[in-house]
Amino acid sequence: MSQQTTTRTLKVNGEEHRIAFSLHHSLLEVLREELGLTGTKHGCELGECGTCTVLIDGKPILSCLELAAECEGREVETVEGMMQGNELHPLQACFADLGAAQCGYCTPGILMAAKALLQRNESPTRDEIITALAGNLCRCTGYHKIIESIEWAAARLRGDEKFEPPKRAIYGESIPGETVSDA
Amino acid sequence: MHDTDPVEEKTVVPTSDELRLIGTPFRRVDGRAKVTGQTRFADDLSFARMVHMKLVRSTVPHARIVKIDTAKAQEMPGVVGILTGDSMPDPFGILPVSQDEHALCIDKVRFVGDPVVAVAALTEDQAHEAALTVEVEYESLETIASVEEAVANPEPRIHDYGDEGNLHKKLSMSFGDVDSGFEEADQIFEDVLFFEGNTHLPMEQHATVALTEETDRVTVYSSTQTPHYLHRSLAKVLGLPAARIRVIACPNGGGFGGKSDPFNHEICAAKMALKLGRPVKICLTREEVFYCHRGRHPVLMKIRTGVKKDGTLTAQHLQTALDGGAYGSYGVASTYYTGALQTVTYELPKYRFDSIRAFTNKPPCGPKRGHGTPQPRFAFEVHLDKIAHQLSIDPADLRLQQLVAADSVTTNWLKVGSMGLGKCIEAVVAGSGWRERYGNLPEGRGLGLACGSYLSGAGLPIYWNHMPQSGVQLQLDRSGGVALFCGETEIGQGSDSVIAAITAEILGIDLHDIRLCVADTDLTPVDLGSYSSRVTLMAGNAAIQAAERARDLVAKGAAEKLDVPARELVFADGQVFHGENPDNGMSFSDAVIAAESRFGTLGTTGSYTPPRSPGRYRGAGVGPSPAYSYSAAVVETEVDPETGLYRIEHVWMAHDVGKCINPALVMGQIEGSVYMGLGEAMMEEQVFRRLPKKRSNALVHKHPSLLEYKSPTFAEMPPVTSYIIEDPDPNGPFGAKEVGQGPLLPMMPAVANSIFDAVGVRVDQVPIAPHMIRQAIEARDRGKEARFGPKSFPQIDFGVPLQVPTPAEGGDGKAINIEEAGVRSGTGTMTERKDSVKGDN
Repeated sequence: MSQQTTTRTLKVNGEEHRIAFSLHHSLLEVLREELGLTGTKHGCELGECGTCTVLIDGKPILSCLELAAECEGREVETVEGMMQGNELHPLQACFADLGAAQCGYCTPGILMAAKALLQRNESPTRDEIITALAGNLCRCTGYHKIIESIEWAAARLRGDEKFEPPKRAIYGESIPGETVSDA
Repeated sequence: MHDTDPVEEKTVVPTSDELRLIGTPFRRVDGRAKVTGQTRFADDLSFARMVHMKLVRSTVPHARIVKIDTAKAQEMPGVVGILTGDSMPDPFGILPVSQDEHALCIDKVRFVGDPVVAVAALTEDQAHEAALTVEVEYESLETIASVEEAVANPEPRIHDYGDEGNLHKKLSMSFGDVDSGFEEADQIFEDVLFFEGNTHLPMEQHATVALTEETDRVTVYSSTQTPHYLHRSLAKVLGLPAARIRVIACPNGGGFGGKSDPFNHEICAAKMALKLGRPVKICLTREEVFYCHRGRHPVLMKIRTGVKKDGTLTAQHLQTALDGGAYGSYGVASTYYTGALQTVTYELPKYRFDSIRAFTNKPPCGPKRGHGTPQPRFAFEVHLDKIAHQLSIDPADLRLQQLVAADSVTTNWLKVGSMGLGKCIEAVVAGSGWRERYGNLPEGRGLGLACGSYLSGAGLPIYWNHMPQSGVQLQLDRSGGVALFCGETEIGQGSDSVIAAITAEILGIDLHDIRLCVADTDLTPVDLGSYSSRVTLMAGNAAIQAAERARDLVAKGAAEKLDVPARELVFADGQVFHGENPDNGMSFSDAVIAAESRFGTLGTTGSYTPPRSPGRYRGAGVGPSPAYSYSAAVVETEVDPETGLYRIEHVWMAHDVGKCINPALVMGQIEGSVYMGLGEAMMEEQVFRRLPKKRSNALVHKHPSLLEYKSPTFAEMPPVTSYIIEDPDPNGPFGAKEVGQGPLLPMMPAVANSIFDAVGVRVDQVPIAPHMIRQAIEARDRGKEARFGPKSFPQIDFGVPLQVPTPAEGGDGKAINIEEAGVRSGTGTMTERKDSVKGDN
């Protein structure tokens, strides 16, 4: 394999970095290994799981399939760029509060895909959320907490402070006929 | 350290019934780090001078190694080190009775993917390129692909140990007079069912970084669920004192049991670091993760049950045959687990259980969520559905009428404490409209009900010892902060949050004033690991003890200052105050200062050891638990009879968790279990095919990739209505039991049962593919049995069963025919008590 290196300027989370890297390396590898941005994870490095999703020019892209050398002149956004100052982005806050991140490994990729969705659609329906995220696998949550967190964050981003996730999402459904006996 | 006799100990300050944190949906302590990308998983670590390692894996399924040629690799650019098996001759394995793995294969390879050579180079690319140049010459041996082949072909043996031929484990046990139990029955039902193997598929690929700090001291960071057991294996294979090895379990990017074994790559990384004196990293490729496996055993089952006209069960005879793959792993325990928990849900007065585990030339199977119990639970719950249908009894009633009683001892001597299964069934029956809708939905639409139960931690450790199974140490300082040290491992289940919340609750302080140091064998007291749903109960109880001792110390210091009896103090909201006069108080940090002034540096410890189980027979070590969780599910399914395609429309799941430490996290575990259970019911399978003879005859994994190994996506996940049932168990911290594994168990049988209600045919195996439903429908239309599934169970001589009289028969928990049943190898899962007690000294 050729180990030819290249020097490029990559703009990541609004900051420009002049870096040298192997020409054949993916954006995923360069983000993690050259820039130390290990928030972007990998689950297969073959474009199958969505874990390594980042935004390029606002669109969700699998960073394992994107050559870093081709990202020059484009805006790359990773999970590290989501916080505003020391404050969590509403998506991050809702994910943390509702338990949409369990092991947290697929979380950065899902956050990026969700962010792209909410940028183009501020009130997505449940079906639209499912379609937007169908390429991201999560083995922990069963997906519901993620969907509910996105709905909650969308409401907060729209300025709807009254919106709250359904009580049953946190406490479970109330038990039918509270007088159930232990048969 | 606060030195108190744990037996005599009574806390000075009583714990209030008024809980402030426990039971509330607080944000998990690692929540912020996980949504910002700050959580450091093993592959996120990087050190100066770090090199990268790759493993050369076997391309053949069963062969002698004739020659290994690493000369070319040695000359490749960037290569700094190469290891072969002869440098690590000591075998290892998770169970003391199955020390059958080598860090790198020495004389034989046993499956495609078995590691043979380790190559380290300056970059990952270079290590990869160099690994490709290693030449290994093999002399192929006949392969074993299935349990049937293993039974039929005792030679050539895959291993030179085990109960016989290619059978790793063979057991037979009989609880009570089973023949008389069958005689009491009005009818005997028999079914043969199959549960295909599947894998954990954690999103994080296993990774390890090892580095040396002294000539003979190595630190290993790894994505492991069991740092303590890895620590022991490293000491054994590296030949170093355990005190010179430090294992730090990084937060796991999902485990589900798949990171519970000590692995080749972990040992090789440590060995390579010791050889090179520089940090070594390995991160497995996704394909390699499929070869590590240790997932769900494929199990063929024959279940035979005697039933009275009214549905009362009189006796059961269960036979299971496990396809173990190429190594022992947890397999002996898995084998026992395919029988052990059949007795904890419904009264089963007599019970016989026979099982074998075969070695086959495939990646080793081991523990996956539910460890060995989902397969027989699937068999039992589908079998009960058939019995209910035959006897015209509602499946919910059939179960409700014979639930195991709370505070009882089962036929096989398991002690059941709290038992909320009745409430679980009632909840899903009411929620789903079962009474009105079951059996009455239009053709193609169906409801299925099933239940399950799981351990809140295995009663015994993996190796025999008299030490606690979990320990917590607290260090209080004058800032008012509390450092909590515990060996437990966060794998996403929320264990960090559980122990932090318990400690904060008892000390009455803010969750954020707890600083956690976990899963570090240098710094933290041992916790056996994140397996068998043990951490909430065991580390939770250890945290309670440590926190209560700390509270007593602080109370004594504060009491003196406040001039009130210590026992009348209340710890809440960061304050310590007199219960009768809340104005008379001080801040927690001032109270700590008072205590530190009086006692000196403040620290306490807490330990947990499960109660002793009443079973005294060989094999009684598998099954006992301090508490059993219970679950019930109803699944609604739409089936297209023309194509066999089906869709899960809704799931109702009730789980008896004892008591929620954090309901939001409990909900996450329930929904995650439902999801994973649906994957196993509908699509997930780890399967192999044999290449044609002319193309090496190898047994290869059909689809070692995330794309082709099908798992449910957002689009396949149905709506789930969850009910949290709280039936507190006296052995649980604040009454809590497990939730991480139990709710998976009812899913597979509930799906199968719902398909029967929808189209009137049985699919007696999982995963259920549309063509199976079609074939069953076609069979029915041809006047044959309306069923798809295995036809028969192989003829196996299980030997004379170990006879254990039941509690109802006046037994004492011991077997009565040890001589006759013969002494087989593999005494349970552990070393003999006498051998290991020696090792304790």
